[in-house]
Amino acid sequence: MSYIEAKELSVGYEGEVVASHINFKIDEGNYLCIVGENGSGKSTLMKTLLRLQKPLAGEIRFGEAGQTKEIGYLPQQTVVQKDFPASVQEIVISGFQKKSGFRPFYNKEEKKQAEENMRRMGILEFKNRCYRDLSGGQQQRVLLARALCAAGDILLLDEPVSGLDPKVTADMYDLIESLNKEGITIIMVSHDIGAAIRYASHILHIGESIFFGTKEEYIESPEGKYFLARQHKAEEAEENIIEAAETEVIENQNTKN
Amino acid sequence: MIDKLIYYMQYPFVHYAIIVGVAVALCSSLLGVTLVLKRFSFIGDGLSHVAFGAIAIASVLRLIDNTAVTSALQLTNNMILVLPITVLSAILLLRTGQNTKIKGDAAIAMISVGALAFGYLILNVFNSSANISGDVCTTLFGSTSILTLQPVDVWLSVGFSVIVIVLFILFYNKIFAVTFDENFAKATGTNVQGYNLLIAIIIAVIIVLAMNLVGSLLISALVIFPALSAMRLFRSFKSVTIFSAVFSVVCALIGLLISILAGTPVGSTIVAADVVAFGICSLIGLIGGGARG
Repeated sequence: MSYIEAKELSVGYEGEVVASHINFKIDEGNYLCIVGENGSGKSTLMKTLLRLQKPLAGEIRFGEAGQTKEIGYLPQQTVVQKDFPASVQEIVISGFQKKSGFRPFYNKEEKKQAEENMRRMGILEFKNRCYRDLSGGQQQRVLLARALCAAGDILLLDEPVSGLDPKVTADMYDLIESLNKEGITIIMVSHDIGAAIRYASHILHIGESIFFGTKEEYIESPEGKYFLARQHKAEEAEENIIEAAETEVIENQNTKN
Repeated sequence: MIDKLIYYMQYPFVHYAIIVGVAVALCSSLLGVTLVLKRFSFIGDGLSHVAFGAIAIASVLRLIDNTAVTSALQLTNNMILVLPITVLSAILLLRTGQNTKIKGDAAIAMISVGALAFGYLILNVFNSSANISGDVCTTLFGSTSILTLQPVDVWLSVGFSVIVIVLFILFYNKIFAVTFDENFAKATGTNVQGYNLLIAIIIAVIIVLAMNLVGSLLISALVIFPALSAMRLFRSFKSVTIFSAVFSVVCALIGLLISILAGTPVGSTIVAADVVAFGICSLIGLIGGGARG
């Protein structure tokens, strides 16, 4: 049973096509990573997946026979949130927003589920803490718990580790992986190709050419080879810069001594 | 001093002023947090200027109708014209805010100064009363008119306040969701635009109400100070909202009492009380925050 299927999909805004001829299929339990460079249309595709935008051409189908699945969304953090006075509990339960419809308040069942999701994300102890006092990693967990409240089957993560330090980044990826193992379908938009290769089951590459397939196929494909090589080079260059800086520091110290 | 207060308390106009003051202060504080966090504070300011222009038109129209009652700033008559104009402007401002051609803040600046200029111009050209500068001053800074309220005015203010408070409680969770994360709300299928519109309309109503208490230049203070003070001290949305309501009501009461006793202008006294209380809250927040690390 496929959750989401796109055929010859073109995405863009105001009639301008950003990326076209996108074909992919997401099945239950998949871990799809959408990679590509800045401006390649990753976020436009994401908006189309979230049904905030209509596809310009082609079709995108959600669920079986018109039975649409709700997608839980982990957006990138906004400036507003940095200074927002809200407790963790208030934010997590706001994931039920849509489900509660015109009912003005959340019911017992929703409160219980919110607790459960906080426990799953390991943030139950921060329940009454203020969101802005938490660390970056903890804040992401709060938003992830909220996404779980909104939808338990599919999660769409938009650059979930941006701005996190390496240790927290690794924890975050582990957490996402464990969710995937519990049977939750994951769609992750990322420019971290290394993580994509390590964790994802499928990869959708958008850019000059479009690639969709399993991770093993991607590594062997021309797009994958090119992108991996570039990423590798960039990382090497970064390491060289750091090394150069370190040697400089050591030299400076030597001259001082 | 107590004697003087008891003496004043005998008069119904003092009761009316206190009832209206508390009602207006309560509902103006409710949406403050949302306005501040959504970077909408200026919309409140812009709308109050629009309301000033509308009041100018209303008072001129009354002159033509020749139904002028006692004061040029009688609440009930103005409300019929001022409220729709302000609500309409709120909707327009929100629309232009989403439009990229004229940026939100520029649009607000444009509309607000425009309304201010035209309002003053209209008042001058159609010389409605002997004391124009006095009229303008009371519209801008609030007046003693809160002490000349009629029972009808009181009912109208209280009625609108109740509507605002009920709407706020019913949509509390939605307002929170839309304020905290518009993108997420949109993605989960919430009608974000609809709620933004609701927020804008409520703001417009609040501003028209608050205009009678503190005047159009000082309205923003009534909306922003309670929220900012509460944010210094409290860390959850619920506690911030409750504290800002209490803060606003207490400051309004203190301001009203001082102005009755000392004969100072009502609006500016209330705002001065807000400013002082904000200072105290910031101080407590600083000391408390320092201790917490």
